[in-house]
Amino acid sequence: MSGGTPYDKVMLARAKGRATAAEYINRIFTDFIELHGDRHFADDKAVVGGVAYLAGMPVTVISMEKGKDTKSKVYRNFGAPNPEGYNKALRLMRQAEKFSRPVVCFVDTAGAFCGLGAEERGQGRAIAQNLAEMITLKTPIISIFIGEGGSGGALALACSDEVWMMENAIYSVISPEGCASILWKDSKKVKAAAQSLRLTAQDMQKLQVAEKVIPEKGSFDACCRTMAQDLRAAFDARRDIPKDELIKTRYERFRKYGAQIVPEDF
Amino acid sequence: MDLRGLFKRPANELEKGGRTPAEATAADTFEVKRECPSCGAKIAESDLPDMYYVCTCGHHFRMNARQRIDFICDEGSFTEMFSDLETKDIINFPGYEKKLREARLSSGEDEAVICGTASVLGHKCAVFVMESLFMMGSMGTVVGERITRLFEYATEQGLPVVGFTVSGGARMQEGILSLMQMAKTSGAVKLHSDAGNFYLTVLTDPTTGGVTASFAMLGDIIMAEPGATVGFAGARVIEQTIRKKLPQGFQTAEFLLEHGFIDIITPRSEQKRVISTLLAMHEKGSGGDIS
Ligand SMILES: [Zn+2]
Repeated sequence: MSGGTPYDKVMLARAKGRATAAEYINRIFTDFIELHGDRHFADDKAVVGGVAYLAGMPVTVISMEKGKDTKSKVYRNFGAPNPEGYNKALRLMRQAEKFSRPVVCFVDTAGAFCGLGAEERGQGRAIAQNLAEMITLKTPIISIFIGEGGSGGALALACSDEVWMMENAIYSVISPEGCASILWKDSKKVKAAAQSLRLTAQDMQKLQVAEKVIPEKGSFDACCRTMAQDLRAAFDARRDIPKDELIKTRYERFRKYGAQIVPEDF
Repeated sequence: MDLRGLFKRPANELEKGGRTPAEATAADTFEVKRECPSCGAKIAESDLPDMYYVCTCGHHFRMNARQRIDFICDEGSFTEMFSDLETKDIINFPGYEKKLREARLSSGEDEAVICGTASVLGHKCAVFVMESLFMMGSMGTVVGERITRLFEYATEQGLPVVGFTVSGGARMQEGILSLMQMAKTSGAVKLHSDAGNFYLTVLTDPTTGGVTASFAMLGDIIMAEPGATVGFAGARVIEQTIRKKLPQGFQTAEFLLEHGFIDIITPRSEQKRVISTLLAMHEKGSGGDIS
């Protein structure tokens, strides 16, 4: 495994200065036009969505945006979506389905926001609805994890045909801090929790949760150019697949997470 | 008769707050009593089944999954399914095997959900009932797989599903594979729904985390028990995040009803009747399906 211990990866995934979704979107797509609002309540600043061209192909892009400096981080609620963020994402996905546009999601969140308003406006229901609707969305979806993938809040943009992960991105059912304090009542066991949870991109590939791990080497621009080509190729490959088969394949992708996945080296 | 789990009292009510036990008299030394956290009444354990585990003040005690099946399903109608699926420590998580052994002992069950088919006042349905005594009803691969298979079976057979939820959320000892169960079960619910089948969820105390954020909130009709805690994030986590005390009654069934996220709050004594009526109204060919 490259790049140190699982806890090192957690730190890298959260590192100050790490590229956020906006920087990927600027480089991978052209003519990105942001579309706002969930049409029910508000425009969640933690979720940025819109339409763009991917090497000439119109696509819908939905991302979780953490922000870079203190001011933008606060504005983006540190990338923690409220229900209206998930509802906006779903609105844009349905729009993509209507116009037969593929969907690209960028996942980067410590988790869905834990707040009073979030509960009042049905955080659980908003996530549940995205999971159910994404599984049967009649257009291809690829989700790319660029930093943190925190639990249900991340999954709500990742019920996709493929999940790609940046080399130092993580994906976990609970944060290592949460795991250490809930399970072992010891906040000092964070490193052990990071190890035990199997949350690295490399673990995700072993567990068949991620199809691809993208190396973080060379220039960021070059990496984004390759991602654009790979995304285009992945969508081209699905162009002639009947919608029913697309959905069936997506359901089967999640269906396989039963007891039969037994990686040898855990 | 299957007696597994029937003699276990939910640890949660007893462990709450470290109360001093009721003063024992010669007559009731050997009578186990439970104190109502709402009104303080002390109720003999042996009286509780006839009271649907509900205090005279209306407080709903937690009850285990087998007791619930006995209350809701017509006598002898329940046939268990998918009980052969075995929980494995797939990611080799420290202490998980031990936790599983303890959970099996304390609950008398082998996992946190029981699935099968049954009838409710004559109306056939697929049923799942979660078990809080098994690792607080947390969802790992076996819970997700059983529920998914139940929905797939119900879709094939054109059966409605009635599901009783109780859960602390996804089971962290199975790592990311627990999280995947949210997607898997939600997908199975969606396919069942797209085929025109009816799904009724009954949220019981407590229903939180990954179960709330998946199949619990996807029912065509969502029922809850009075006073049940239902939410996504834990109250303590929210208080730490927003650095404020939460209002009284936050994340209760009544709170969710007020905010428009559930359809109906039904006391336990009424549940069998209301569930059977809803099943009857959604029966295929019952005259409701004008086309
Ligand atoms: Zn009482």
